[in-house]
Amino acid sequence: MYDSGKILIGIIVFLILFTSPIWYDLAFGNPAKKPNLVLPTGEDQQECVMSAEYMRDNHMELLNIWREDVVRNGNRIFATASGKKFEMSLTKTCIHCHSNKTEFCDQCHNYLGVSPYCWDCHIDSPKLEIK
Amino acid sequence: MDNNRRKFLKLAGLAAIGVSAGKYIDIIAKDTAHQIPPADLISGTELTSIKVNSKNRWAMVIDLNKCLVDEDCTKCINACHKTHNVPDIGNPKDEIKWIWKENYENAFLDQENYYMKAELRDKKVPIFCNHCDNPPCVRVCPTQATWKREDGIVMMDWHRCIGCRYCVAACPYGSRSFNYRDPRPFIKEITPDFPTRTKGVVEKCTFCDERLAKGLEPACVEACTAKALVFGNLNDPKSNVRELLKENYSIRRKPGLGTNPEIFYLV
Amino acid sequence: MLELALKGSKKYWGWIFFLSAIILVGVYFYSRQYDYGLGITGLSRDVTWGFYIAQLTFLVGVAASGVMVVLPYYLHNYKAFGKLTILGEFLAIASIVMCILFVAVDVGQPLRMVNLILHPSPESILFWDTVVLSGYLLLNVIISHTVLEAERKSIAPPKWIKPIIIISIPWAISIHTVTAFLYSGLAARPFWMTAVLAPRFLASAFSSGPALLLIMVFIIKRITKFDPGSEAIKKLGLIITYAMCANVFFILMEFFTAFYSSIPEHIHHFQYLYFGLDGHNTLVPWMWSSAILAIVALIFLLIPKYRQSEKALAWICPAIFISIWIDKGLGMVVTGFIPTPLGKVVDYSPTAPELFISLAIWSIGFFLITVFYKIALSLRRELVT
Repeated sequence: MYDSGKILIGIIVFLILFTSPIWYDLAFGNPAKKPNLVLPTGEDQQECVMSAEYMRDNHMELLNIWREDVVRNGNRIFATASGKKFEMSLTKTCIHCHSNKTEFCDQCHNYLGVSPYCWDCHIDSPKLEIK
Repeated sequence: MDNNRRKFLKLAGLAAIGVSAGKYIDIIAKDTAHQIPPADLISGTELTSIKVNSKNRWAMVIDLNKCLVDEDCTKCINACHKTHNVPDIGNPKDEIKWIWKENYENAFLDQENYYMKAELRDKKVPIFCNHCDNPPCVRVCPTQATWKREDGIVMMDWHRCIGCRYCVAACPYGSRSFNYRDPRPFIKEITPDFPTRTKGVVEKCTFCDERLAKGLEPACVEACTAKALVFGNLNDPKSNVRELLKENYSIRRKPGLGTNPEIFYLV
Repeated sequence: MLELALKGSKKYWGWIFFLSAIILVGVYFYSRQYDYGLGITGLSRDVTWGFYIAQLTFLVGVAASGVMVVLPYYLHNYKAFGKLTILGEFLAIASIVMCILFVAVDVGQPLRMVNLILHPSPESILFWDTVVLSGYLLLNVIISHTVLEAERKSIAPPKWIKPIIIISIPWAISIHTVTAFLYSGLAARPFWMTAVLAPRFLASAFSSGPALLLIMVFIIKRITKFDPGSEAIKKLGLIITYAMCANVFFILMEFFTAFYSSIPEHIHHFQYLYFGLDGHNTLVPWMWSSAILAIVALIFLLIPKYRQSEKALAWICPAIFISIWIDKGLGMVVTGFIPTPLGKVVDYSPTAPELFISLAIWSIGFFLITVFYKIALSLRRELVT
């Protein structure tokens, strides 16, 4: 092949750049803080709308279904498997119990580098003062 | 490159797309097979959600004689804008308003009448979305981010709106506002119970659908101390709005356009 | 065939880099707009469509105008347009790409544009506009690629391309009719709600598009050995003349209906455009310039001595292009909103970021045209030598 020397050098440079996040982190980076979830402690805050296993994997799916149901169908009440009724609302229900977003939601989100844009509109700290 | 190598690479590319497509279809299929029970509907507990149905046809009658007694009153505007976190941008270019007061001659542009009675001419009347029966904004929305509910309310879905502003162009009443900037810094006091909106979506009055679901009247109606705003069900011949319309002369904005607005003004 | 675009003179590369620089400036301003919101433009609560949508409307017309060379050649065997059809198709591709970009920068939540596909709304003309514009882009990409590949191999194009080319002819008419329907079905905007809007759009498209094509043919004639032949150029001049006659006629029809009926809601828009309303007269000098350019160009076009002279066409075509760009662009789009449905006059003028972003998108279009034409013309030159 023509210019094989240049091509091989190019491939090596590309591989170095492509894998740079890995070796840079190994060499110089700080390990990301593992999520440290603080669960709500209130007496009436011990039952979530779904099980923890389900929520860990599917809370976004649940929220998407809620948002369609509330906004487009006008249904606002959600019944859990045990019969308890909740209002389908991110701020009024989820954040009502998980009131400290930094100690709960952000722990996993920051670790994974996820920034959901829900908070552009939905209030994330109803008890604190909003700036 | 000769033909065989080229063919092989094309096949390999297609195969890669095929394999990953299979994976994506898998993921999407899993998404739609949701494992949560459907939402139940209750009544009689402290959590109520009044079902949306076509038996109701919500409308509003505005008695201008009562409204114009206090010309500086803005209670309906303040209540609406506070309840729904409507920002106060402070300049007419980017401003957002769900309800506001407009000169009579501008609100009723098709009723030019220079010699009309002075109590109405030169006065400001409250205007907002007319929740038309035949809404042009709903017709033009390319994503159905605005649609007409069974009970007559023209709703907004701020999750789906792409901000194309076709609805703003189609509305003959100027009821809709577009978020040209991030509204959050311009909301003095956020009401946490209701979300704000984000930049790039169109918003307007939604007849307080979140309050209607709890059996409450719209915020503007509740705030009006002169009882000039009357909210009710047009489908019920004995309702307050039907009685008012039977006994008084009422006008609507630009009825000739065929939009069938459901906000009636008693003059 | 892309390798043909990678070999060029210093002037060619200089032009490419010049366009790229403008594009980068536009990217910077778009990032600012994405961050701040559309408030960075001159748009307001009352005038919600402005410069971006004006460019979109104008460019859909330029895209549709490819049909003016395709139709005679493929339907009527008019061989003189033989060398021009591929240029017309490339112009269509570049124009549609610019249209899509103008929509993307104008929309408030661009990342949600996929909702147009996820939630189709057949009652909305905007939905159909996305369908026909995407279809037209696809058609032209397939056609130009197939025809050029066949030229490269010095064989006739495959038989299945002929029906696709025939389909592209009514499709071209449809893209501009649907774009006109965006406006002409809105009861809220009496300035737009006129049955003659779609015919007006088509007439102005078929004069401004071929005018741009001729301008580019003249430029290419100067810098390469490409020559489509004087018969093709004269015929295009004739097409432009007829289309411009129709365009000016339609505009005069609008004037009559508005002013003779004396309906304030109709008159006020024309007053705002040509005479100013309530002291607001931003667009007045623009509209009169457009009118004067149109009339002067049309008069010279009607005289055969000038219409058939390439020297005369070299300034008549830019005059027509600019005149229609003003009239169909800002003149038509913004005036739909002024006066507002509440009867107020609100001014609009584009801001610097808005203009830089628009300039960048135009540069992307010219970039595409340059690359495409370079490929096509290098191919033909190679085949000749």
